[in-house]
Amino acid sequence: MRHLRQLEDQSVYILREAYKHFDNLAMLWSMGKDSTVLLWLARKAFFGHVPLPLLHVDTSFKIPAMIEYRDRVAREWGLKLVVGQNKEALAAGMNPTLGRVNCCTALKTNGLKQLIEQKGYTGIILGVRADEEGTRAKERYFSPRDKHGDWDFRDQPPELWDQFKTTFPPGTHIRIHPLLDWTEINIWEYIKYENIPFIDLYLDKGDGTRYRSLGCAPCTTPIKSTAKTVDEIIDELRHTTVAERSGRAQDEGRGMELLRKDGYM
Amino acid sequence: MVFLIILNKVRTMDNSTQKPSDNLNIVIVGHVDHGKSTLLGRLYADTGSLPDGKLEKVQAICQQQGKEFEYAFLFDAFLEEQEQGITIDTARTFFGWKGRQYIIIDAPGHKEFLKNMISGAARAEGALLLIDALEGVKEQSKKHGYLLSLLGVRQFAVVVNKMDLVGYRQDVFDGIEKEYREFLGQFKAVPQQVIPVSAKLGDNIANRSEQMPWYTGPTVLDALSAFRKEPGRSEQPLRLPVQDVYKFDARRIIAGRITAGQLKVGDSLVFSPSNKRATVKSIEAFNVDPLPVEGHAGQSVGVTLDEQIFVERGEVASHQEQLPLVSTAFRANVFWLGRKPLERGRRYQLRVATKEVDCEVATIHRIIDTMDLAQQQGSSVVNKNQVAEITIRAKAPVAFDLSASFEATGRFVLVDEYDIAGGGIVTELVHDDQEFLREEARQRDFAWVKGEVGVEDRAQQYGHRAAIVLVTGGRHTGKSFLARTIEARLVADGRHAYLLDGGNLRRGLDADLSEGERGQAAEMARRYGEVARLLVDTGLIVVSTTNPFGMAYVEAAQAIRTLVHPVPVIAIHMSKAPEEAPPNTDIVLSGPIDFDAATRRILEELKRRGVLAQAIGAKPTFQYSI
Repeated sequence: MRHLRQLEDQSVYILREAYKHFDNLAMLWSMGKDSTVLLWLARKAFFGHVPLPLLHVDTSFKIPAMIEYRDRVAREWGLKLVVGQNKEALAAGMNPTLGRVNCCTALKTNGLKQLIEQKGYTGIILGVRADEEGTRAKERYFSPRDKHGDWDFRDQPPELWDQFKTTFPPGTHIRIHPLLDWTEINIWEYIKYENIPFIDLYLDKGDGTRYRSLGCAPCTTPIKSTAKTVDEIIDELRHTTVAERSGRAQDEGRGMELLRKDGYM
Repeated sequence: MVFLIILNKVRTMDNSTQKPSDNLNIVIVGHVDHGKSTLLGRLYADTGSLPDGKLEKVQAICQQQGKEFEYAFLFDAFLEEQEQGITIDTARTFFGWKGRQYIIIDAPGHKEFLKNMISGAARAEGALLLIDALEGVKEQSKKHGYLLSLLGVRQFAVVVNKMDLVGYRQDVFDGIEKEYREFLGQFKAVPQQVIPVSAKLGDNIANRSEQMPWYTGPTVLDALSAFRKEPGRSEQPLRLPVQDVYKFDARRIIAGRITAGQLKVGDSLVFSPSNKRATVKSIEAFNVDPLPVEGHAGQSVGVTLDEQIFVERGEVASHQEQLPLVSTAFRANVFWLGRKPLERGRRYQLRVATKEVDCEVATIHRIIDTMDLAQQQGSSVVNKNQVAEITIRAKAPVAFDLSASFEATGRFVLVDEYDIAGGGIVTELVHDDQEFLREEARQRDFAWVKGEVGVEDRAQQYGHRAAIVLVTGGRHTGKSFLARTIEARLVADGRHAYLLDGGNLRRGLDADLSEGERGQAAEMARRYGEVARLLVDTGLIVVSTTNPFGMAYVEAAQAIRTLVHPVPVIAIHMSKAPEEAPPNTDIVLSGPIDFDAATRRILEELKRRGVLAQAIGAKPTFQYSI
């Protein structure tokens, strides 16, 4: 498990750098496996404490079990939870049938932007991984976003050794990615090794399906799988050649690239 | 026995679809068009790391558009990179081979290639450097080879690509190998392997080439398999740069990443440059039972100490036997990536491990021409993508090492405005004029006999930290009057303050000094600094002027700082007309002075710096504390 410890050491270092340099720092928590591991790593970095707020951008279309899990873990671990929602867009009737990219942009990207602006966050920690999809492979650990939350992936500042971009002009913010080097298998191996409580939507409960990636209910479909334990998930992942996010509709076509350029997580 | 080993080897050669857990960060560099994308595409295809149907899909698109399929097309994660619009919609930046995942840190194809190459290589544990057999060693081949060495990438293989275009001739390969090894030898870099390949046709990538029976070395994938995960940094002397100090609960935890060596519970640590010492009481960790008793290079740790010493981010913990270097200046090799050129005399932020301090470039010795390393080329600026030898001078002492001995504490970055604009390695310590005093302070602090009452205890009792308020300036500017006003104000407020006039030492402690020694002020400043050091150790706020040092006040102030380090020195400069203040001055007062207003300003500064607690009697809240 040495490789997991190495990944952990790097992520912890990044989290501590973020905590040191950003006065108004928050961490995104979608209750999925990645951001839950990130949350666990924060407890590692800060010796059992989570000294920063956790943001959840609630689209109102999440699977209900995710909300239950969120509130229970927040209570048990004493988390400071901040829930944001693009109420205007919802009131105007935004939903996935109006176009998935439109819906994601309104409810997630803009929901997050509103929250960042409202609270004045200058650093946002996210659980994105380089192996998830193409645009994320280009990310830095500390990735600047301009005043509109946009990402200029063609002209990113250099990142050298363990020195990150921690200074930025007013009005802009930095996205921080401590899990960039982790793979999907690493996430599950670590969940197993540390015995991290995770949401059981990832397991097959008898109908031969499970979620491999969690998002909004209408746009996330379970995969065919009989994995009922973490070990079985790991075994399944070791042999699959199907992409992790194949059940995520937003990835179709140029979806993710367009979304992320405009500030999607 | 022999058979068993062979059988085992055959079995591991079969790269089953099982995805491994171990991983290695690698970067692929080389001159433009020497085949980086093709090699990557080939590596993915030959290791079976592509998702189902991906190869076929890209091949079909090529056929549709009536052009030849190329492995390079497999590697375009961004649509914009290929006008044709062929892309891979899932990231394929990992490929697996023989029980290990290889992470390609940065895919090629960016406009700002060098910047991305450097960012990638700085994270890499290994590298492949490509040279086109037909074109031979080009400018970028040399530059990238030099930069790999500068960035500390010691494991790399040189891949001589497009051997098919030179008829797989051994003499062509041998010529390139000889030329390139000679170049690398100038800065003592040695490649693990030099491999002749054709990425396009798959020669010597996963499979041995039948076209080049004269080559008996490893394939590219074999060479990668031979890269080791971690160099033996744990065997080096300990270096633990302090990242932060936490007080989330009853524990006061010094957090940081061990960059070299190891530490154990019970070890005595020295923090440089403050020279503070303490013993490791515990190594703290979450969800680890029982708690660890030792830590090794690479680990992010947190330790508690047996006493509450004042240490802050940027200091480097080590064992007393093998201390890091401390100076305000060092000589270095840098590469510059900034939009604006690196200029002599301009202010930058220097970051060495966790230390962040303002600095300037004192000298640009020469620009290094990576085509011809020996060439001397003077310049007053270092332009983007250039490499140079420079001397850096920091505003405060920094703990560091030479890069030849230590990786993490031997390198640094320079921040220009908001961005990291360059990086480099420390090649030489440059002695500054504080060196002797610093050494004196270090030896004195190591031998210091301490009582039971610590700095923290005194601060809690007094409601303030120890500090020095130092008033500098020329004659008849009102320094003494201001110093007396500050002392009176502090004492009236219930603080423990004392006016230490340098003149008071003249007839006593300095009585043995000759007229000549008094004229130079150096020895007087040293003695004054040591007395001040004693007083601040008692927890006092010492108020003083540099009157007795005459016009040598700049040097005297510097000497006092060195001797009382790390106690905060709040420096106030007074002058009748605006003039340049000494370095590190906090408050500049010129022209007619309102002494009450000036005193209020100084008290505010003391609060801001965390010397004074916000309210008398309340538990002090110190900015830099606990």
